[in-house]
Amino acid sequence: LKFRDGESRICENERKIKILYQKTEKSEALALNSPHFARNSRGDGPTDTLPDFRNLGVIARILVIVNALAFIAAAIKASTLPQLMDAFLEIALLLEPVLIASLLALYIANAGLARLRYDIAVAVVLAIVLVLTAAAYPLMPTNDFTPGGLARALGFAALVTGFLLSYFFLRNRAFSPALSEARLQALQARIRPHFLFNSLNAVLSLIRTDARRAETALEDLAELYRMLMADTRTLTSLAEELELVRQYLNLEQLRLGDRLNVEWRVESAPRDARVPPLLLQPLVENAVYHGIEPSLEPGTIEIAIYLNGDRLHVRLTNPYHPDYQHRQGNRIALANIRERMQLHFDVEAEMESGVVGNHYEIHMQMPYRAGPQ
Amino acid sequence: MSAPLRIFLVDDEAPARTRMRALLGDLQAELPSVVIGEASSGHEGLALLADNPSDVALVDIQMPQMSGLEFARHLSTFERAPAVVFITAHDQYAIEAFEVNALDYLLKPVRAARLAAALAKAATSGSVKREAVERAARAPRRYLSVVERGRITLVPVAEILYLRAELKYVTIRTREREHLLEESLTALETEFSETFVRVHRSCLVARSALRGVERATDDEGEEGGWVVVLDGTAEKLPVSRRQWPAVKALLKG
Repeated sequence: LKFRDGESRICENERKIKILYQKTEKSEALALNSPHFARNSRGDGPTDTLPDFRNLGVIARILVIVNALAFIAAAIKASTLPQLMDAFLEIALLLEPVLIASLLALYIANAGLARLRYDIAVAVVLAIVLVLTAAAYPLMPTNDFTPGGLARALGFAALVTGFLLSYFFLRNRAFSPALSEARLQALQARIRPHFLFNSLNAVLSLIRTDARRAETALEDLAELYRMLMADTRTLTSLAEELELVRQYLNLEQLRLGDRLNVEWRVESAPRDARVPPLLLQPLVENAVYHGIEPSLEPGTIEIAIYLNGDRLHVRLTNPYHPDYQHRQGNRIALANIRERMQLHFDVEAEMESGVVGNHYEIHMQMPYRAGPQ
Repeated sequence: MSAPLRIFLVDDEAPARTRMRALLGDLQAELPSVVIGEASSGHEGLALLADNPSDVALVDIQMPQMSGLEFARHLSTFERAPAVVFITAHDQYAIEAFEVNALDYLLKPVRAARLAAALAKAATSGSVKREAVERAARAPRRYLSVVERGRITLVPVAEILYLRAELKYVTIRTREREHLLEESLTALETEFSETFVRVHRSCLVARSALRGVERATDDEGEEGGWVVVLDGTAEKLPVSRRQWPAVKALLKG
C-alpha cells in the first residue's frame, strides 16, 4: 500500500509539472496573441486599422482636433484678438467645407476602407482629402488664386490628415494592450470558482441516478469553458453569446432547481448583431449570485434583448435583496463590462444600472452592427 | 464503534445532499452511519435537530439567509449539540478561518476517503466548539438565539429595538415581546456596531428605531438628562452623559 502511495505521489508531481508546463504554454500563447502580433484577416502582420469613421466619438475627435489646429495656426498669424478672429475665419472658410465633405466621404467609404490593407487605406484617405481640397479650393472667395496657393492648401490638408491618422494609429496601439488586458480581467472577473465546484458536485450527484442528464451537463460545462478560454478581443455574434448564457443557466438550474426561473424576451433580438464576447454571461452570473442565491424563495431573472432603430438594447432584471450584503464582485464585473463596451464602441455604448422597486436592473445600449452569422 | 453514527445534512442545494447520501452509503462497510435527517436551510436544520439528536452535522457554508457558520453558532446553544463538519465549494476566507481555528471542513466535490476521515475525527472530537466558530465567523449574525423552555427561538436582529443588560442576562426588546439572552453586552456591541448604538452603560439601541430625544422627567433618568424615544415602543431609555455626544451626533447626521 505504501508503495502505491508513493507511486500516486509521483503521478501527482508529474501532473503538477504538466500543469505548470501548460501554464507557461498558455502565457506564451497569450503573448503571441497580444494585438501587436495578432493576425489580421490576411493572416500576418499587426492589426493596425483605420478608426471607425461612423463612430460618433471618432467624428467628434476629428472635428475638435482639426479646429484646434486651425485656431493655433490663426493665433500664430495674429497679434490682436480681432486679427485672430479674422485669421481663424479665413482659414475656416476653406477648412470647414473640406472637413465636412471629407467626413461625409469617409462615413460613406467606411466599410470599404475597413476591408483594405492598412497602408492602402491610409493612401485612399489621403487621396479623398486632397481631391476634396483641390475641388473646394477654386470655389473659395479668397484672393490667392495662384498655383502656389493651391499647393499650400494641399500641403496643409495632407499635413493635418497625416497628423490625425498618426493620432488614431497611436491611440489604437495604446488601447490594444488595454483590450488584451480587459480580456484577462474578463477571464478573472467571470465564472466564480464557486460555480465550477458546485456544478461539478451537482453533476456527480446525477451520475448514478440520471446518467443522461449528467452527460448533457458535462457537455454544457465543456462548451462554457471553451468559450471562456476563446479569444475575447474580437466581436462575436449575439446568437453565440445567447447560447453561452443558456448553457450557463442550464448548469445553474441543475443545482438551484425551482429557485431559478428565467424569462427570455429575445424573440425580436437580431441574432447576427456583433457584440463584445462575454458581455451577457457575467451579468447573468451576477443576477444569479445576487438575485437568486441569497433567497430560499423562487426568483425570476428576465433577459430582454431588442432592436430600437439602429440601437441594440439589452435589459436584465433580477430580484433585489436589500438585506443581503453586496460583495464587491458585482461592481468589478460591471466596471469591466462598461470598460470593454467603451473600448469596442467608444461613446456610442451606454450602460445604466440600479434598483427599481424590488428589482435590480441593468440596461445597456450599443450600436447595432450586423455581421456574418 | 457500536451504534452507527447519526448524521444530519444541511445544504440548500438538493443535488449536494443526494451526493452526500450516496457517499455515506458507499462508506457503510468501514463507517456505519445513518442519516437522521436533512435540511435545505439553517432555520429548518435547527428546528429538526432539536427533536432529532445527531452526532455529526455536515453543513454547507454558503446558504441563503443563514450561513453555515451562523447555523453552527446557534447550534452551539443546544444542550447536546452535534459535532460540525463544514463544507465549502470555494471560499478562501472561510478555509483560512477554519484552519486557524481548527475546525473540520471538506471541499466540494467531496471525496469518500476525506469524508470518512472527517467523520471519524468529528465523532471523537465532540460537539461544535462555540468559541472557535465565533472566531471563524466574519459577518455579524442575522439572528440571536434564545433558549426558552428548552427550545431555541431565533430573534431576527433587524427586529430588535434595544438590548439592555440586566444582572446575568441581556434583555432583547422587539415590537412584540421581550427575550432573555445569555451573552455579554460588550461582545454584542462589537459584533453589531453597525446596527446598534450605545446610549447608556447598560443599553444598546437600534439605529433604525431611534426617533429622537427628550428631556428626562424625574422618574426616568438622571437629573437634567435626556431620554431616547424609539419607534415601536412607548418606553423611553435614559442616555448617559458619557454617551450623549455620540447620540446627538447620530441624530444630527
